[in-house]
Amino acid sequence: MFDLERWEEIFETIRKNKLRTFLTGLSVASGIFILVVLLGIGEGMRNGISQEFKRDAANIMYVYTGVTSKEYKGLNPGRRIQMKNEDFNYTTLKYQDDLEYKSSIYRIWNGIVNYGKESGSYRVEGVYPDYQFLENSGMIEGRFVNYKDHENFEKVVVVGNKVRNDLFKDSKDPIGEYVQISGVNFKVVGVFTDPGGEREESRVFMPISTAQRVFGGSNNIANMAFTLEPEDNFEAALAASNRFSEAIKNQLKETHTIAPDDESAISINNSLENAKRFFDLMDMIKFFFWGVGICTIIAGVVGVSNIMLIIVKERTREIGIRKALGAEPLSIVGMVLHESIFVTAIAGFIGLIASLLLLEFVGPLIETQYISNPAVNFNVALTTVFILVLAGAIAGFFPAWRAARIKPIVALRDE
Amino acid sequence: MIEIKDLHKSYKMGSNSLHVLKGINFSVAEGELVSIMGSSGSGKSTLLNILGMLDEADEGSYTLDGVAIKNLNEKIAARYRNKFLGFIFQSFNLISYKNALDNVALPLYYQGVKRGERIDKAMSYLEKVGLADWAGHLPNELSGGQKQRVAIARALASDPKVLLADEPTGALDSKTSYDVMNLIQEINDEGRTILVVTHEPDIAAMTKRIVNLKDGRIIQDTQVNQVRAQQNV
Repeated sequence: MFDLERWEEIFETIRKNKLRTFLTGLSVASGIFILVVLLGIGEGMRNGISQEFKRDAANIMYVYTGVTSKEYKGLNPGRRIQMKNEDFNYTTLKYQDDLEYKSSIYRIWNGIVNYGKESGSYRVEGVYPDYQFLENSGMIEGRFVNYKDHENFEKVVVVGNKVRNDLFKDSKDPIGEYVQISGVNFKVVGVFTDPGGEREESRVFMPISTAQRVFGGSNNIANMAFTLEPEDNFEAALAASNRFSEAIKNQLKETHTIAPDDESAISINNSLENAKRFFDLMDMIKFFFWGVGICTIIAGVVGVSNIMLIIVKERTREIGIRKALGAEPLSIVGMVLHESIFVTAIAGFIGLIASLLLLEFVGPLIETQYISNPAVNFNVALTTVFILVLAGAIAGFFPAWRAARIKPIVALRDE
Repeated sequence: MIEIKDLHKSYKMGSNSLHVLKGINFSVAEGELVSIMGSSGSGKSTLLNILGMLDEADEGSYTLDGVAIKNLNEKIAARYRNKFLGFIFQSFNLISYKNALDNVALPLYYQGVKRGERIDKAMSYLEKVGLADWAGHLPNELSGGQKQRVAIARALASDPKVLLADEPTGALDSKTSYDVMNLIQEINDEGRTILVVTHEPDIAAMTKRIVNLKDGRIIQDTQVNQVRAQQNV
């Protein structure tokens, strides 16, 4: 390997056989290039999808109601189910040890919000202080709705970043200013941001007690949102959340006299369940990319072996000459292998570097929703290069060995 | 230098066996220039291949410079070829992607000579065959005679005991043939043992001894008065 004379001999052979070298190198380099780019895109999709999940707390459960579809205990189907404060209070009390964050939501329809001359239509909701964590919101300025606001029916609101930009433009500090919602004055106490982006930031929150009182909601609530105490692992968390959502469903069906097999009246959006589906999808995508990648590598190896076979065939006469001049069989095997390993390794690294450059410089420019920051684990890429080089060497060994065993007289015979 | 006793060789051709050499007894002293003649199929090339350790005899003994050549594995055969023998082929057998100088240097590479020394030695042999100015040329840029002279320089490069030439002039016109034979005679004058296989009587006449082969047996072995190639040029 460190025989300088051998290296000189190899370099000379390579220099004098550029096309052959180029073709061998091309199949290796393109194989590595395709594999690394595929793995990068796979990783990008993974990143993109997990970003989609940051919108809400990852384990949030969202309870909402609809219309009954089945006749039950003399009640007609088509009844709209309305959840009340009691439903929420009962649940939080019963499961207080299991719940991490909890909030009921009262939604104010046609929430026109005015400030001076500016106005806009936003989602206006009455919530509990915990809702900040359920929504995964962060505060830019001021504070979120707190327990005291709730107790005292304070007319305060927290607005999303987009609402602030719309109503207050950029100039004014919105904290302490008053906005009108359906003609009622509310004091702005905070501005929040949400990883879900603009759509999630064009919302306005106020204490649910205030919302119910001011907008005539009596003790109606639209939704309930919960997160459970964290579990050690995903499987356990999923099982716990499924158990909990089943229990809530049954409890609500009982309270509101809904048929036990009526699936349309009470719905629970369990984000863990969704997450599981996404993770399964991710695993499938990953599996797929690896499959494609491995097939690419196999194709590359087959390509290299083919070229090696042709090279050895083409060099049979040369090998005969070398043997007549005193080349030992091992030196012939060494020569062929040395050249093939050197060429595949260099080409492999060129493919690797090219693909990494592509991912590095073009990757961040990709602005699709489901692909973000495609990148690849460098070790994985490096390993594939070594696998390909090794495979090329093994594939090259047998033709080289066969060539070394050909009797010089046979190799030299005129065709 | 070469000592052969009762050498037999047969080839299998499908179900038939072709007996090519039927008991050859033959010896060559140091400094001889011997031509082996015979019609095609007489076994002369087979004899040369066995002498060159490119092929193995079925029976009989072969001693080269006091070393018994038998039961060779590939590795030892390669080493002996490199040490004892220089080959000159009818079709030159130069490596097409190497220039004349590198072709001549190749046997030295397999002797483990370092590059600088290798190039110096190869150059001196190229000078000897009168092709120093063509050192950087590839074989396909050389004429037939030049190619054969490069091949002769290559055969000499490893300083072998015996030169084996298989129809060295077979692919050349007569003038070039005589040039090449002149070179071979000059090398022989320096005391090197040379065996030439040929079927051309005028080429054979330029050697010192003619061995005639027919149907695998030596039918004639005579010392001749050497015709100097120089006179014919």
